[in-house]
Amino acid sequence: MSGGEELHEVRLTVNGAAYQVRVPARRLLSDCIRHDLGLTGTHVGCEHGVCGACTILLDGDPVRSCLMLAVSADGAQITTVEGLAEPDGTLSPVQQAFADCHGLQCGFCTPGFLTTITAGLRATPDPGEQQAREMVGGNLCRCTGYHNIVASVLRAAQIQRERAARRP
Amino acid sequence: MKPPPLRYSRPTSLAEALAVLASLGPGGKVLAGGQSLLPLLSMRLAAPDHLVDINRLADLAYVRVDGGQVRVGALARHAQVLADLPARTAQPLLAKALRFVAHAAIRNRGTTVGSIVHADPAGEMPAVLALLAGTVRVASQGGERVVPASEFFLGPLEPAVRTAELATEICFPVLPRAAGTGFAEVSRRQGDYAVCGVAAMVQLGDDGRIAAARAAYLSVGPSPLVIDLTEAVTAAPAGGPGFAAAAELARQHVDPEPDIHATAAYRRHLAGVLTERALAEAAGEAREPGTP
Amino acid sequence: MTSFFGASVQRVEDDRLLRGLGAYLDDLGDDALAAAFVRSPHAHARITDIDVSGALDVDGLVAIYTFEDLPGRLAEPLPLLIPHPSLTHGRTPYPLAAGEVNHVGEPVVMVVARDRYLAEDAAGQIEVSYQPLPAVVGLAAARAAQHLVHDDVPGNLAGNAVQENGDARAAISAAPHVLELDFEIERSASTPLEGRGVLARWDGQAQRMRIWTSTQTSTGVRAAVAAKLGLALADVDVITPDVGGGFGVKIVHPWPEEVLVPWAARLLGQPVKFTEDRREHFIASAHERAQQHHVRVGFDDGGRILGLDVRFWHDNGAYIPYGLIVPIVTSTQLLGPYKPGAYRVEFDSLYTNTVIVTPYRGAGRPQGAFVMERTMDAIAAALRLDRAVVRERNFIQPGEMPYDQGLIFQDGRPLIYDSGDYPALLAKLKELIGWDQFAAYQQAARAQGRRVGIGLGCYVEGTGVGPYEGGHVVVETSGKVKVATGLTTQGQGHQTVFAQLVADELGVPLADVQIVTGDTRRFGYAVGTFASRAAVMSGSAIALAARKARAKALRVAAEAMEVSADDLEIVDGIVQVKGDPASGIALGTVAVLSNPLRYAFDDAAQAATQFAGGDASRPPVAEGEEPGIEGRAFFSPARSTFASGMHAAIVETDPDTAEVTILRYCVVHDCGRLINPRIVEGQIHGGVAQGVAGALYERMAYDDAGQLQNASFMDFLMPYVSEVPARIEIGHQQTPSPLNPLGIKGAGEAGVIPGAAVLAAAIEDAEGFPVTSMPMSPSDLFELRRTHKDTP
Repeated sequence: MSGGEELHEVRLTVNGAAYQVRVPARRLLSDCIRHDLGLTGTHVGCEHGVCGACTILLDGDPVRSCLMLAVSADGAQITTVEGLAEPDGTLSPVQQAFADCHGLQCGFCTPGFLTTITAGLRATPDPGEQQAREMVGGNLCRCTGYHNIVASVLRAAQIQRERAARRP
Repeated sequence: MKPPPLRYSRPTSLAEALAVLASLGPGGKVLAGGQSLLPLLSMRLAAPDHLVDINRLADLAYVRVDGGQVRVGALARHAQVLADLPARTAQPLLAKALRFVAHAAIRNRGTTVGSIVHADPAGEMPAVLALLAGTVRVASQGGERVVPASEFFLGPLEPAVRTAELATEICFPVLPRAAGTGFAEVSRRQGDYAVCGVAAMVQLGDDGRIAAARAAYLSVGPSPLVIDLTEAVTAAPAGGPGFAAAAELARQHVDPEPDIHATAAYRRHLAGVLTERALAEAAGEAREPGTP
Repeated sequence: MTSFFGASVQRVEDDRLLRGLGAYLDDLGDDALAAAFVRSPHAHARITDIDVSGALDVDGLVAIYTFEDLPGRLAEPLPLLIPHPSLTHGRTPYPLAAGEVNHVGEPVVMVVARDRYLAEDAAGQIEVSYQPLPAVVGLAAARAAQHLVHDDVPGNLAGNAVQENGDARAAISAAPHVLELDFEIERSASTPLEGRGVLARWDGQAQRMRIWTSTQTSTGVRAAVAAKLGLALADVDVITPDVGGGFGVKIVHPWPEEVLVPWAARLLGQPVKFTEDRREHFIASAHERAQQHHVRVGFDDGGRILGLDVRFWHDNGAYIPYGLIVPIVTSTQLLGPYKPGAYRVEFDSLYTNTVIVTPYRGAGRPQGAFVMERTMDAIAAALRLDRAVVRERNFIQPGEMPYDQGLIFQDGRPLIYDSGDYPALLAKLKELIGWDQFAAYQQAARAQGRRVGIGLGCYVEGTGVGPYEGGHVVVETSGKVKVATGLTTQGQGHQTVFAQLVADELGVPLADVQIVTGDTRRFGYAVGTFASRAAVMSGSAIALAARKARAKALRVAAEAMEVSADDLEIVDGIVQVKGDPASGIALGTVAVLSNPLRYAFDDAAQAATQFAGGDASRPPVAEGEEPGIEGRAFFSPARSTFASGMHAAIVETDPDTAEVTILRYCVVHDCGRLINPRIVEGQIHGGVAQGVAGALYERMAYDDAGQLQNASFMDFLMPYVSEVPARIEIGHQQTPSPLNPLGIKGAGEAGVIPGAAVLAAAIEDAEGFPVTSMPMSPSDLFELRRTHKDTP
C-alpha cells in the first residue's frame, strides 16, 4: 500500500459483508475492491469510464468503479459479480441466462454486464428487445458482437419470471 | 493510469465545504460526480492538491419545480433529473438532452450541475442552460452570486466559477405556455460527445404561428452558441416548407473546428440539418404539448 | 449414444467466469512488486540524458532500470520471430530504448515499486531529455523517404517481395478490357478488453523461473525468455492465465515487458508484475491494417480476370518483429475463391515512426478481400454486369479441388485449396439476402427519397497453419480424464470444444474431461493460438491422443476381461462388451490395472498389485508399452486447410447526415464440420462486429508528428451494441477438410474478413460513386458526396 500518504478509513458493505480498509485518497474504488478486498471479479478495462468492465452496483445503481475514489464510497452498499449468485450457490437468473445463451467468450467484460443487467431487470423486469439493447448500451464487449448478450437479457427476464412463478 | 497523490476532505455541510474551499485557495478542487474529473486524474492531466468531496451534502441533492424554475441542486445526479416527472413536465428539454449524456452508469453518478460547471462545449447540458437562459447560483464563504448562462461559459472547460467557489444550484426556466422544445444530435457512437448538436425552442403567438425561435449549438465552437432564429423562421410563408432559412442562418453563424471525427464543413452542414430537425420537434411540441 | 461432435453444448468454462472467479493476469500476484515504464513522448528522437534523481525519494520505490543496466543478451534487440528471405532489413526494438526511440510509447525506463500508484509516481519524476528527429508518419511519407526511421534502412524499406503465377502483365496487355484502381485501408487494432500483463516469480533455491503472461503462445514466451535470461527451457515455466481476449495482438512475443519483468524478478529476488493500462495498450502494443494498393486488372467481355497485377505498400510501424506475415497473407489470400488467368503481387513493407504492426484478426486478409472484392465490383460496373455473376464466372469450381494457386502461403508451403464449394456458397448467400429481389426494393426506396444499397464480399481463409500442435490425454484412476495441449485460449471455448472431442473419442461423460491449455508444465511442445488454427491443430492432436488412450484402455481391459479388444466399447466411462453393460468395468479401474503396483495406496489400487492376478510368465509392463492409460499425439499437416465464406449487407445512408445504417447483414460460411455450432456462431458474431467496426468506426488517428490522437476508448471508436447489426443471419455449408482427422477448418477469423469490402460495396451501391478507402465515417461520406456532387 502507498506509504507516506495520509490514509483514510473506508467502511464498505460488499455483497452483504462488512469491510474496513485504510487507503490513500487517490485509491480508485476498482483497485480497492480488487486488491484491498481481494474481490477480483470486477475487471478494469480502460480506467476512463468507457468500457464498463468495472461496473458495480452502488446502493443498487450501476456505476463505474474506476471513476470513483474508494473514500467517496465510504458507507456504501456495493454489489459485485461475486455477490450475484443465490445464497445456496445457484446462479442468478442473469448469470444462468449468459450460460444458456453463450453470452460470454473470454469473460473479461462479463461482470460489468452482469451487474448492469441485474439492476436493469429490477427496473424493467419485462424488457422488449430494444429495451434490452438499451440496457447493455454502455458496456463494451470485443468478443461476442453483443448478439448473444442481448439474447441473455431477454432470457434472464424469462428465468426470473419462471423462478418467481415457482416460488411458494 | 492511477491518480497522483492528493489530499482529501469530505465536508458534511455546505458551510463547512465553503470554509474548506476558502482555506485551500487555488489548490482546492470540488469532487461531485467525478465522471469528468476522475479520468483526468487517472490520466494525470489534472493534479489538484486537495479534493473537496461534496457527496455528503445531501441537502443539495434536490430537483424542484418552483417559481417558474426547475431548480437542480449540486448533488442531483443526471439520472435523478431524468427520472423526475415534475421536472420533465415543466421543462421537457431537460430529459430530451439528458438522454444523450453518456450512458446510464455515468448518469447514475454524474451530476447535472457538475457537467455544466465542467463547461465542455461538446456537452449537452451547457447548451441547454444557454438556450433556456438559465442561471447558476455560485456560493463562497463570502456570499452568493447568481450568474446568468450568457456569462457562465468563458471558454472551453472554463466556467465562471472562481477559486474557492462552489456552484450550488442551477435554475432552468420552465417551458412557457404555447412553447415547445426540440433536441437533435449526431454522435459517432451512441453516448459519445456530439459531432454536432442542437437544442431548440419555439414560442407560438396567439395566432398559433411561431412568434419566436432560438437554438443553442454544441460542438461547433468554444462554448455553447445561441442563435436567435426568429426572423428566419417567421419570414417563412405560413405552412411553408419550414426551416430552411433557419438552417442557413445556423450554417452561417457556427464556427466549428475539424477534429479526427469530423471536418468543419460536415459539422457546419449538420448544424443546418439538425436545426431543422430540432425546430420541427419544438414546433410539434408547441402545438401539441406532451408530444414526445 | 449421441455424439458431442456437432452439439452446441453449454460451455464448461462459464460457471467459474460468471461467478467472478476468473483468474486473469492482474488478479494474480497480489504480493508482487509493480512495474511501470517511462515511455517516449516523441515519435522519433535521440535520448540525450536520463535523470532519475527526482524519483529516488519516492516512497516505495524499489528499482529503476535503463538500457545501461541491461546485461548480456538483454542488451540486444528482441528477436525477429519470422525471418524471410525478402525481409532484407528487419529491425526489432531493444527491451529498453538504447539511445533512440522510434515511436511514441516506446519504453525507455523501467520502474519497480511497491505498487502501481507509486511506480507511476516515480516514473513521473524521471526526466528524459530528447533531441527530436523528423518523424515518418503514414505510407506517403515512408515511401517518399525524405526522412528515415532507421538510419541504416534506405527508403524505409524493410523488405520487398514478389510472387507470381503466370505472366500477369502480358495477360493484361492482351486483355480486351483493363482497369487501373487504387485502394486504401487505414490502421485499426485488436484492442481486447484486457490488455497485456506479465507476472514473474524467481525461485532462487531451485534456480527456476515461473511466468504468467496474458499471451497467445506460452511456449513462444518460454523459449524467448529462456534465451534472453540464459536459462534452460526446463527451468522456465510459462503459464497462461485466463485471458481477456487476444485477437492477434497477444501472439507477439516477447514484449519488452515479458523479458524485463522476469529479469527484474530474478535480480530483486521478489515477484514482479506488470499490468498494462489502456493508454499503454494503444501506444505500446500493436496495430494492423494500413495498406495502399494499386491494381491493374485485365478481363474479358464476360468479366473473367485474365491478368491481375497488384502492387501494394504495407505500413509495418517502427519495428518488424513478426516479419512479413501480414503482407504475405494479403498477397496470397487476396485471390479469394477466384482463379485469375495470371497473377502478380508485389509489396513493399515500410517502416514508419508509429506503433509496430502485427496480425489482428484477419491478419492481412481483410485488406486483400477489400482489394479483390472492390475490383470485382469495378469489373461488374465497367461491363454493366451483375456483381454476383462476375464472381461466379471467376470461381474455382468444386471439381477443380484441390486447386493450386501457384504461390507460397504464410506457412512457407504451397497455396493449395483443399476443398470448398464456392458456387453453392454464393447461391446460398443470394437466397439469404434476396440478391435478385433487391433492385426492385432499391427502386421503390429511391422513389421515397431513401438511399439503400447492397454489397457482397467473398473470402477464402487458410486456417490450421502448422507446424504442429500436440495433445496429451491421461485417464486417471478416478476415471477422470485430464487433457493438455500447449496452445492457449482467449475465450474460444477450448475447454468445452476439446472436451467434446475427448468425450466422443473415449466414450466418457463430458463433465469427466478437464482441458488445460497454454501451460508449459503440462505440455511443452506447442506453437500458439493464431490463424484460426486451434481446433484444427490441437483438436486433431487431442483426438489422436485420445484414440491412442482408448486403444490402450481397450487392450488392458481386453486382457483383464479375457475378451478381444474388438468386442469392447466404452459407454459413459464404462468399458464393456458391446451391448452388454453388465459386463463392464470402469475406465478408472482400467487405469488402475494398467499400472502394475507393488504398493496399493488405496483399496481400488489393490487390484493392480502383484498378488492380485495376471500372467506371471510375462513382464508386468509389456515391451513397448508404458504404465497408465495415456495417449500423446501430434498433428502436423502438410498444408493449411481452406475455409471460405461470403457476406452480404444492405445499408441505408441518410441523405442529410450521411450516417450509415446496416439494415441487414448476412453470412454464409464454410469451415468444414463444426464441433460446437453455437461457439462457431459466437465467433462469427464477434468477427462481424469487428468487421463492421473496421469499416465504419475504427481507425488509429496519427498526426504528422506521430502522436496518436485517439489513444483511449473515448476517441478510438470500439463499437457498443448500438453500432453493430442487431441481427446477423447465418447460413452454413460444410465441405469437410481432407487434411485432418476431424474434417474441420478454422473459424475464428471468418467474421471479420470481408466486412470492409461488403460495406464499401453497399455504400457505393446506395450512393452511386466509387468507394475505394475505408473506414468511412459519416463525415467521410459527406465529403465524398461533395466531391462527387456531379454524379447523378
